[in-house]
Amino acid sequence: MIISVASGKGGTGKTTVAVNLALSLNNVQLLDCDVEEPNSHIFIKPLFERSDPVFIPIPVVDKKKCDGCGRCKEVCAYNAIAVTNKKVLIFPELCHGCGSCEYFCPNDALKEEEEEIGVVEIGEKDGIEFVHGKLNIGKMMAPPVIRAVKKHISRKKTAIIDVPPGTSCPVITAIKDTDFVILVTEPTPFGLNDLSLAVEVVRKLKIPFGVIINRSSLGDKKTDKYCAKENISILMRIPFSKKIAEIYSRGDSIVEYLPEYKEKFLRLFKEIKKITSR
Amino acid sequence: MKEIVIISGKGGTGKTVIAGAFAALVKNKVIADCDVDAADLHLLLDPKIEESHIFKSGFTAFTNKKYCNGCGTCSTVCRFDAVKEDFSIDPISCEGCAFCSLACPEDAIEMKLNISGKWFISQTRLGPLVHAKLGIAEENSGKLVSLVRKKAKEIAEDKKYKWVIIDGSPGIGCPVIASITGVDCAVVVIEPTLSGLHDAERVIDVTRHFNIPVKVIINKYDLNYDITKKIENWSEGRNLQILGKIVFSKEVVKSVIEGKTIIEYSSNKVTRSLSDIWGQLEKELAG
Repeated sequence: MIISVASGKGGTGKTTVAVNLALSLNNVQLLDCDVEEPNSHIFIKPLFERSDPVFIPIPVVDKKKCDGCGRCKEVCAYNAIAVTNKKVLIFPELCHGCGSCEYFCPNDALKEEEEEIGVVEIGEKDGIEFVHGKLNIGKMMAPPVIRAVKKHISRKKTAIIDVPPGTSCPVITAIKDTDFVILVTEPTPFGLNDLSLAVEVVRKLKIPFGVIINRSSLGDKKTDKYCAKENISILMRIPFSKKIAEIYSRGDSIVEYLPEYKEKFLRLFKEIKKITSR
Repeated sequence: MKEIVIISGKGGTGKTVIAGAFAALVKNKVIADCDVDAADLHLLLDPKIEESHIFKSGFTAFTNKKYCNGCGTCSTVCRFDAVKEDFSIDPISCEGCAFCSLACPEDAIEMKLNISGKWFISQTRLGPLVHAKLGIAEENSGKLVSLVRKKAKEIAEDKKYKWVIIDGSPGIGCPVIASITGVDCAVVVIEPTLSGLHDAERVIDVTRHFNIPVKVIINKYDLNYDITKKIENWSEGRNLQILGKIVFSKEVVKSVIEGKTIIEYSSNKVTRSLSDIWGQLEKELAG
């Protein structure tokens, strides 16, 4: 089973839930798909055994073959190619690597070369298989790195995916084809607004989901009311405590210091299994 | 006119609360919410929307079954796994490159323009606001961010305002790069957690990669004094100016629930730090 942990709003506790759920289960993989700002490794402290660069194909012009016809510019949907005075100019940061320009060039003057945009690191800690991706500084496109992380999903294990915040392409790439989504929120107007956006996303993707309310003792009751009205199950509540905030701040896990939480995360997992088997 | 963007790398460190505070503290400014994925600043500003526009960007492929002969060229050329077994297109996976449409020998695939969001110009009690809502599961958030910034700048120029205050988004990728390009100062909000520091480090590397002036604020600094100290030392080592430190306060959560900026809601240590921070920033960017 593949469970993704998402939120809409940042900083609501996705990583906390993903890490502590992973630490409570056996035969588990944790895949951090927040490749812009991966944090799970801070808490798991895995020993990395492998590091694989992630490339995207970027076209390069062979000036000897190019006659400046401009066909490549015509077919490029991303304005990543300009042609001036029969000279072709390529803007790699706009290129999505679709391969169209190379295919349609009548003179065979474009060749794709690999450009590194990030890295996937694979490691292990106490039986947890750990994988994360890191987008290189200054690179725009997270989805290819996320796809590279997800290639490591093993169907023989429970895979837990730490999803980036937001509602756009990186989030979709991360939660697509997963079996269940946990949406972590906080009971504030910001948390609720972003939760409702995230709910729209998972509904659009038709993935079963439930909500965890983090820092449930700070804030108001509107998130509860929203969930009741929308018929969304609240899977777990984590009250605000300075102790938890402090454990988090130094990069430790809740289940290690507050063992009663291991029970809670196990119950959460059982509940998810029940929902997905319906 | 000067543009200031508030970013953090990590989400939930207090960007929007600080942007809201600046909105209340600063006169003659336009406010731009560039977290187009999950915009929240409007919840504090109660905007009266004056203009609402549709944002069209990018294309999605559609197969016309009538003309499709099932040759499969589309699925051979598509690199985004968007062509399903029956040769219809999964709109969520489609990146709109049009490769399939151009390569189809039967001309059976049409590219349709996406409506990928909306953007708004509003009046608020604290001044004009430009914000946006990216459609669910849509792409091109970077383009929408650039559009929001462009409109905010136009209003500021038109009214001869001195400042554009930009609320940024978490992360370091496309929307963040679009929100920092060419600004006069990026303010990075760091919380004293190892994750907060790790993420701030990466986003500061991005600002430096693009040669953007950058300064930092340590928010909720009393949640972990050791890490706050670490952030201070680290900032010094990297020649980063700390504009100020703000204590953790439940009053902040209450102000958000009341739909007010913290400056309007109360007067305490938090608001004093924020006005000192703005004073400092104003002094350094003026001139």
